[in-house]
Parts: sequence; structure tokens; C-alpha cells
Amino acid sequence: MAKQPHKKQDVETTGHEWDGIQEFNNPLPRWWLWVFYACIAWGVWYSVAYPAWPGLKSATAGYLGFSTRAQVAENIAEFEEKLAPMNDKLASVELASIADDSELRGYAVSAGAAVFKTWCAQCHGSGAAGAKGYPNLLDDDWLWGGTMEDIHTTITHGIRNTDDEDARFSQMPAFGRDELLEKEQIAQVVNYVMSISAGNTPQDASLVAEGEVVFQDNCAACHMEDGTGDRFQGAPNLTDAIWLFGGDYAALYETVYNARYGVMPNWNTRLSEAEIRAVATYVHGLGGGE
Amino acid sequence: MAILDKHAILEKNVTLLAIFAFLVVTIGGIVQIAPLFWLENTIEDVEGMRPYTPLELAGRDIYIREGCYVCHSQMIRPMRDEVERYGHYSLAAESQYDHPFQWGSKRTGPDLARVGGRYSDEWHIDHLRDPQSVVPESVMPKYGFLENRLIEGEYIGELMATHRMVGVPYTDDMIENARADFAAQADPDSDYDGLLERYGDKVQVRNFDRQPGITEADALVAYLQMLGTLVDFSTFTPDASR
Ligand code: HEC
Ligand code: HEC
Ligand code: HEC
Repeated sequence: MAKQPHKKQDVETTGHEWDGIQEFNNPLPRWWLWVFYACIAWGVWYSVAYPAWPGLKSATAGYLGFSTRAQVAENIAEFEEKLAPMNDKLASVELASIADDSELRGYAVSAGAAVFKTWCAQCHGSGAAGAKGYPNLLDDDWLWGGTMEDIHTTITHGIRNTDDEDARFSQMPAFGRDELLEKEQIAQVVNYVMSISAGNTPQDASLVAEGEVVFQDNCAACHMEDGTGDRFQGAPNLTDAIWLFGGDYAALYETVYNARYGVMPNWNTRLSEAEIRAVATYVHGLGGGE
Repeated sequence: MAILDKHAILEKNVTLLAIFAFLVVTIGGIVQIAPLFWLENTIEDVEGMRPYTPLELAGRDIYIREGCYVCHSQMIRPMRDEVERYGHYSLAAESQYDHPFQWGSKRTGPDLARVGGRYSDEWHIDHLRDPQSVVPESVMPKYGFLENRLIEGEYIGELMATHRMVGVPYTDDMIENARADFAAQADPDSDYDGLLERYGDKVQVRNFDRQPGITEADALVAYLQMLGTLVDFSTFTPDASR
């Protein structure tokens, strides 16, 4: 067995004894006591230095005058001050000229990438490749236009939201739900759309000819006679192989029957002008910028 | 000191020990909690806070029922990184009508205190139905069933009366019209003037899930789209003593 416990006969006992086990009255280690006293002293100092004691109306403010709110405001101000020269320049130059200043452009692209990851990736994907209903921003197929000017407007005001009067707006009619077209006619026009889009073949080629008539009467005003779309109205190009909502028969039928209504929030209330320009530069530089 | 030598009495009597331990904890609790009831800067006065509409309140109950708070906080702390990511730090006033509050303690997903207006209704519906369809990396579970569950707000008036008991200033008028307001908010074709009169012009009236009928998804999205949008920050000056 282990060695005998060291018995200090010279230490008093507390007088407690249970089943022959005695409790010695050893003093606390000195280092421990000093740490204990130091903690008490620190606690008193802390409650005087920082906000602590409740009064009748408010608590004592502490002689250091510390406040979390002042601290965060200070941190933000400090950061903004550092970035101010670049941000001011970014927010004031001509949009088109950002690309000519390589230092400014470099700054805008990296700041824009951070903005994109925080505010845009949830809808457009972290790599900006989009998802069903949320456009891919990597390609050169634009709904509303791919110049810096266009992208900047889209981001600032958003699309079809109710919060910004200047939001981009257009609405495709719900041809089936609102009984503008018969189901047969929808089947015809869907087959026609499949016949003009790249990489697609109509499900029933015999309906294409009638579908073309329906298309020219009902769709050409927005999607143009040749189906290449109209950026002014955000009407997609139907002749390419890129689909926002899907190019198979069922998805197209659903699009024409119930229509689609893609909404993007406006960012002018959440992001600064410099941040909007930064993310616009980033998106413009992803590959499809015009 | 003689009294200090008497600790053996407490140590040897378990009931007495429990009573004294309780007293000590009570004093500690009172010192920390009681001042919050009279200090004027606990909940500052802000423009725009209002009790939740019946539909939002129902959405909030679904939020709690589904345990969204287990993965999401609703508390933007006053730190630069949080303010940059989520928006203005949360104010105590913003959860004054929350019983219980939804600050949460764990962020598996992002903070939701200011998620209102940040996404479209369609996005919320897509995301609740299948989070991975819009955020492929997401670990959030699917809540598609919410879209299929119709709700009528049968007991919404009673729920509001209960909230009134714990201090939410619902008026008799609000409680009487609870079911009508509940239905009106999810139907833009209805007569929702009464709803706006009672809860303010900023109340969002939409068919949130774009489907006929009021579903749990309508209520939940109405709640999410309201979060963090009530306080008018243009009139807010932070009280520096906090
Ligand atoms: C709630 C989801 C959502 C968020 C968040 C979002 N977008 Fe969008 N965005 C959309 C949708 C939906 C469309 C397409 C709208 C349509 O159908 O016309 C779109 C369209 C766009 C377009 C136009 C694309 C084109 O082809 O013309 C750009 C550019 C864009 N978004 C950039 C951004 C940026 C930058 C951000 C972040 C600041 C952002 N979006 C955040 C949903 C979103
Ligand atoms: C008032 C203008 C307008 C008319 C008329 C119109 N569209 Fe559209 N269409 C749009 C808009 C705008 C969109 C984009 C909707 C969105 O992004 O949310 C769209 C989208 C589409 C899409 C989806 C494309 C994709 O990439 O997924 C298809 C398909 C389509 N329309 C077909 C038709 C057909 C077929 C007709 C005629 C029966 C028609 N449209 C008539 C404006 C119109
Ligand atoms: C297992 C944990 C978990 C649960 C439970 C959960 N979520 Fe999430 N949630 C996440 C994660 C992770 C994300 C980030 C990825 C994403 O956007 O899907 C997220 C994102 C979100 C977002 C987008 C926030 C933003 O700003 O990007 C919303 C809104 C949301 N959740 C709502 C809910 C609601 C409502 C519930 C309850 C019905 C819920 N979540 C339950 C984990 C969870």
C-alpha cells in the first residue's frame, strides 16, 4: 500500500472526529490567501471603475466611463477612417472608370467579394452560380443588363420588391391561371419555345406551328418576335440554353401557366454606396460583365 | 467573533443549511435582478416598437415549436463584426414583447434578429422547403410540411389575452378582432384597413407563401419578415450610459 500519511502532531485539530478520522486545523496556504485578498481588492476596484452599482435612476457609470456602445461605435469609426480614402474615391468616380484604375479596381473586387459572401451568396450561391429562380451571375446572359451601370441599378434598387419605388419591375401574365390561354394553347406555345431554344427538342413537334402563332400573339411583346428577350423588361432570352426556372416541358408549362415573379431586395438601405459599387465591380468582373 | 464559530450548527442541520443557502442565493439574485425593474435605462424608449400582429404571433409560436432557436439566435451583440454582418446591434426594446425572449445561445445558423426584408418571401419558402436547394452547404433541416398545414387562428385571441397578462399592451379592440386581423394579413385582397389601424401602416400584408389559404408557412414567414424591422433607427440615438 501507499506510504503512511504524514501525521503532523503539532497541528491542532478542529475537534471534529468521525470514525477515528480527525480534521486538522491547517491554515490555508499563504499564496492562496493572498490571491483571495487580491481578488476581493480587484472586485472593489472593478465595481468603481466600470458601470456597476444600481442607483435610483441609473447605475453608476464607473470612473473609466466605459460603454459597450461607445466602444463599438469607436471600432467602426476607426475602421471606416482607415478605409475612407478608398471608399470615398469608389463612391464618387464615374462607374465606368473604376475599371481603369487598377488599384481602385483591386480594392473594389476584394471588398465586393466580402459583401457578396455576406449578403448575396444565400440566393446567388457562394460561387455566384445561382440556383433555380436565382440567376447565375457568372455567365454573359443578363436579364436586366450586364454593364456596370445596369448591374449597379439592379443592386441598388432590387427587382420587384415592395420596399423601393425604383425597383426594376415587370410582370409576366399568368396565362393559365388567369385564363388568358387554353391549356391546349399553352401546350402548343411550350413546344414552340422548346423548338427555338438551344439544345432542346419539342415534346410534340406537331404543335410547334400553332405554338408559333400563339407566341407571336401573346409573348413577342416582351420576349421579342425571335424570342431573344428584352432586358428593358427583364424578359429572358428563350433561344439560349440557359434557364432561370427550367427548360423541360413541365417547368416551361408551369412558367406559362402560373408565371414567375423573381424578387430581389433593394440594397440601398443596407449597404453603403461604396459597398454597392464594390459588389457591382465584383459581379461585373465575374466573367459576364459588358 | 462568536457568531463565526457557530457554523457547526448549520453544517450539522441539513434543513437549516438549505434555508440559509436559499437566503444567500436570493440576496444575490435580488441585487442583480431587482434594479432592472426601476432603472430607467434598462429598456430605452424607441419609436416603432409594437406588439406582434396575430399572424406574426402565430408564426412566432411555430418558430418556438420547431425549435428554430436551438440553431438561431436573435441577438446582435454590440461588436463590429456582428454589426457589419447583421446590421444594427439589438436593443432591449426590440424583445420587450417577447415572452419568452428568443435571444438563443447557439449559432449553428446565422443570427435572425434582423432577417426581415433581407430575403424575398419566395426565398424563405424555397429555403424552408429545402434549404440545400438555395444554400447547398446548409445543414438546416427541411420544413416543407409547414406549407401544407392550414391554420385558422382559432385560439389566437386567447393567446393574445395571455400575452396581455404578462404585460404586452394588446387592447380589447386588438383581441376582439384577432381572427379577422389574422386572416387579413395573409390576404392582400381582403379589407385590411383595420389591421393597419391597430398595428400601424408598416405591417406587411401579403400572401407570403403564394398559395391559397393560410398555412403555417405564411405565419412563419410573416414573423421572419417582420424581425428587426420595427424600430425606426432614423430617430434613434444610442444612450451612451450602456
Ligand atoms: C432574396 C434573394 C436574393 C438576394 C439576397 C440577392 N439577390 Fe440578386 N437576384 C435575385 C433574384 C430572384 C434575381 C432575378 C430576378 C428576376 O427574376 O428578374 C436577382 C438578380 C440579380 C441581378 C441581375 C441579373 C441579371 O441577369 O440581370 C444581379 C446583378 C444581382 N441579382 C446581384 C445581386 C447582388 C450583388 C446581391 C447582394 C448584394 C444580390 N443579388 C442579392 C435574388 C437575390
Ligand atoms: C409582360 C411581358 C411578358 C409576356 C407577355 C410574356 N412574358 Fe415570359 N417572361 C416575362 C418576364 C419578365 C420573365 C422573367 C420572370 C422572372 O424572372 O421572374 C419571363 C419569363 C419567361 C420564361 C422563363 C425563362 C427562364 O429562363 O426560365 C419563359 C419560358 C417565358 N417567360 C415564356 C413566355 C411565353 C411562352 C409567353 C407567351 C405565352 C410569355 N413568356 C409572355 C415577361 C413576359
Ligand atoms: C440544425 C440547425 C438549424 C435549425 C433547427 C434551423 N436552422 Fe435555419 N439555418 C441553419 C443554418 C446552418 C443556416 C445557414 C445556411 C442556410 O442558409 O441554410 C440557416 C439559415 C437560416 C436562415 C437564413 C439566415 C441568413 O441570414 O442567411 C433563416 C431565415 C433560417 N435559417 C430560418 C430558420 C427557421 C425559421 C427555423 C425553424 C423552422 C430554422 N431556421 C431551423 C440551421 C438551422
